[in-house]
Amino acid sequence: MVGDPLLPSPHLRRRRRVERVVRRGLALTASISVVVTVAIALSLLRPAIDFFREIPIGEFFTGTEWSPLFSPSQRQFGVWPLLTGTLLVMGIAILVAVPFGLGAAVYLSQYASPRVRGIIKPVLEILAGIPTVVLGFFALYFVNPEIVQRFWPVGRVGTFSALAAGLVIGIAILPTMASLAEDAMTAVPVSLRDGAIALGATRREVSTKVIFPAALSGIVAAIVLALSRAIGETTIALMAAGSNPRFTADPGQGVQTMASFIGFAGIGDQPTGSTGYKTIFAVGTLLFLITFFLNMLSVRIVRRFREAYE
Amino acid sequence: MTTAEVAARPESQTLSGRITSGRRLRDAAFRVLIMLSVAVALITLFALLMDAFMTGRPRLNGDLIRNMPSARPARAGLQSAIFGSLWCVGITAALSLPLGVGTAVYLEEFARRDRWYVRLIELNIQNLAGVPSVVFGILGLAFIARGPLSWGFTVGTGALVLTILVLPTVIIASREAIRAVPPSLREGSLALGATQWQTIWRQVLPASVPGIATGSILSVSRALGESAPLLLLGALTFVTFNPTGLDSGYTVLPLLIFKYASDAKAEFHVVAAAAIIVLLVVLLALNTTAILLRNRFQKRW
Repeated sequence: MVGDPLLPSPHLRRRRRVERVVRRGLALTASISVVVTVAIALSLLRPAIDFFREIPIGEFFTGTEWSPLFSPSQRQFGVWPLLTGTLLVMGIAILVAVPFGLGAAVYLSQYASPRVRGIIKPVLEILAGIPTVVLGFFALYFVNPEIVQRFWPVGRVGTFSALAAGLVIGIAILPTMASLAEDAMTAVPVSLRDGAIALGATRREVSTKVIFPAALSGIVAAIVLALSRAIGETTIALMAAGSNPRFTADPGQGVQTMASFIGFAGIGDQPTGSTGYKTIFAVGTLLFLITFFLNMLSVRIVRRFREAYE
Repeated sequence: MTTAEVAARPESQTLSGRITSGRRLRDAAFRVLIMLSVAVALITLFALLMDAFMTGRPRLNGDLIRNMPSARPARAGLQSAIFGSLWCVGITAALSLPLGVGTAVYLEEFARRDRWYVRLIELNIQNLAGVPSVVFGILGLAFIARGPLSWGFTVGTGALVLTILVLPTVIIASREAIRAVPPSLREGSLALGATQWQTIWRQVLPASVPGIATGSILSVSRALGESAPLLLLGALTFVTFNPTGLDSGYTVLPLLIFKYASDAKAEFHVVAAAAIIVLLVVLLALNTTAILLRNRFQKRW
């Protein structure tokens, strides 16, 4: 091949062109995620703004009656019942997921032999992969009648209860909680653990006094993420807590959460542009903002407070 | 601290002290507590499977899969939902795999971390993975089913929303698989004169296929079980025909389960439980494949 030695050969030039095209194409692919986020923000905001043109923002954030899909003369737009319903279900779920998730994480990272771990980890993964509609069925037709209705001490529990929904949502997020906390605990350097053992600490003392504090940032981030998951869980809440928005703190009653309202209203197929349609977006914006805030918080906690070991 | 000082410390200050019976008791109690935590998860899983199996057993037969949904519980089946799920999940896999792997390759192999847009993309993907799935349903309702695309309540709309939903998970899993390929492999290829893309296409991607496959199968199985966003996209309707194309109306297995489970007639709950078993068997098969793939082809570099 004889050519000008100072110019790249046509072969080399073609290779460079291919490189450039591939690179640009992949960058374009990567930007899709940003486009999707912008689309979410836009799709939520426009109808939500329209909603607040119709309904005073004060009424929305102070009212304690929620019946936006009723006939125009009877409907009420106070979002509080949805907020308390969400809080109630989330609180119960966290009470299940955090202690048991942490316990499982300590067991897997500090106690279990590799063989036992090899069995329990996949089983937890299977639990994490159970569809929410299946968990909702379990909450509605097993946990509520067999456990909640039988053992709840105050008042009669109906077909739906915040407790049944919360308990099962807690179980649903337990594997995620356990897996994230375990990652945080495993990341603690072995030397710390060995040092404590060398000083005569028992395994419990190593776990609670050395591993736990050292992994705290990761554990807190896992809890925040679990909160976000519990708030956004839709199908279990819709099936087991029902769709009656009540302004109550009684776990024995059925409630509606923000997410389950969105699902409920969506089933009803609201005509585009109607107030009911816009309500979905107003509540959706609120839900999106809350979970977005929690996710950002979780990311920051890990970045900010991570104990840096070499 | 010198050895002498450590030795001189009063016993009450050291972490250990003597192994007293109280300490031993607390250790045992702690051990029981954390084993109980694991037991809670395992027992619940077992109770859930048993409950579904015992409830659904009477309807577990070929008719369940062959029959179309019906208003009469004795004849109600799952056929249109099974085909609907196959359509939706198949399209989701076909779309999310190239997009997800492409993004992962870009972020791992080409992108410069110090650029603002790269950080924006990374933060974005992290956040998208945490958005509640029902919010993706709202997006689909406003942008795809109605609004700009106006595709209606169709298989195409459902599949597109599921794709957007699983994309972050596919990206994150693929990135991890690509990152696990040792730099020496890339350096060797580049040193032999291959271009960056040739290195990626012939060395990095083949080496990361098992990891990518595992992550993708897990993501796709998530799409198969997903119900919340499709509630808003018309999948809960009564459908007695199989989809014939992207513009067909549809229902999917999780939503048919939802429909049967919320029916007032208790006989339908039996059909729902039987359908749950069908769904779980398919999911279990997918998950087992993923885990086997991981164990079989996982390379330690």
